[in-house]
Amino acid sequence: MEMIFQTWSWYVSGLIIGVVMLSLIYFGKTFGMSSNLRSLCSIAGLGKKVSFFDFDWKAQRWNLVVVIGAMLGGFVAVHYMSAPSNVSINPLTIEKLAEMGIDAPNGKLMPQALFGLEILESPKTILILLVGGLLIGFGSRYAGGCTSGHAIAGLSNLQIPSLKAVVGFFIGGLMMAHFLLPIILRE
Amino acid sequence: MKNILKYLIVGFIFGIVLTKSEAVSWYRIYEMFQFQSFHMYGIISVAILTGVIGIQLIKRKNIKDNNGEAIVIADKEKGSTRYWIGGILFGLGWALVGSCPGPIFILIGAGFWTVLIVLFGALLGTYLYGVLKNKLPH
Repeated sequence: MEMIFQTWSWYVSGLIIGVVMLSLIYFGKTFGMSSNLRSLCSIAGLGKKVSFFDFDWKAQRWNLVVVIGAMLGGFVAVHYMSAPSNVSINPLTIEKLAEMGIDAPNGKLMPQALFGLEILESPKTILILLVGGLLIGFGSRYAGGCTSGHAIAGLSNLQIPSLKAVVGFFIGGLMMAHFLLPIILRE
Repeated sequence: MKNILKYLIVGFIFGIVLTKSEAVSWYRIYEMFQFQSFHMYGIISVAILTGVIGIQLIKRKNIKDNNGEAIVIADKEKGSTRYWIGGILFGLGWALVGSCPGPIFILIGAGFWTVLIVLFGALLGTYLYGVLKNKLPH
């Protein structure tokens, strides 16, 4: 029982994620989380103005149900399955973060400095979250998928386009984590 | 109803495993990009390995889906530009806010309300792509 409260190992977690992806294939669907963003835009009525959102989102309702399930899962995991030992990252990483003014995890999933409610008084932090989201939304639709659709589902099906996208994810991610983030956070 | 339930359960398991493996954590993504832990690489590799084996089994044994129909997994469109540029833009955002689309929803469900700002940005980015789609190289 103790185990479920600890950080789940990478091999168990990876296996379950792989099985989640395969179950959706078995249900005749595909694994892809960013498609839901397009559905939400369509539900908001944007299809009247932009043809990209003029599609039958109702055929994608199953994926929105997956999202609702995932949100419930996140709720249960955070509120009933957590332990103070969680998110024990590399001490070197903690040191590096301290230099940029980011608080250590101490069991928290998210740094207070970027996601605490007090950031609502910091226009700069709000802008960071907004621009980050913008890049994720724009980039995933441009690339035709995100971590789930390309990295997991695409690479599992040995797709070369997905490999290009995933290498792109890492080029962008490494540039951000090593060069841009220190500048953004210190300014 | 049964139809909806199976997607809800799959999503629920997905939400729990991504949270308990801490793949939704900003810290884990930062640590991954700093190459200071194997954790995230292990998760992604095992997920892909499981997927490769599963998909090969489906293809070689002609396994049918739960409605008894043949499973056809569409190939991704050929091309390069969209994958490189879109991929890099996505990666920049991923490392900045430490979450990709799945975790954005999971974190909001878990009660991290400021992630709603990230979701709003992501919807805006998706909208912007829809507007600019025909002008972009693919």
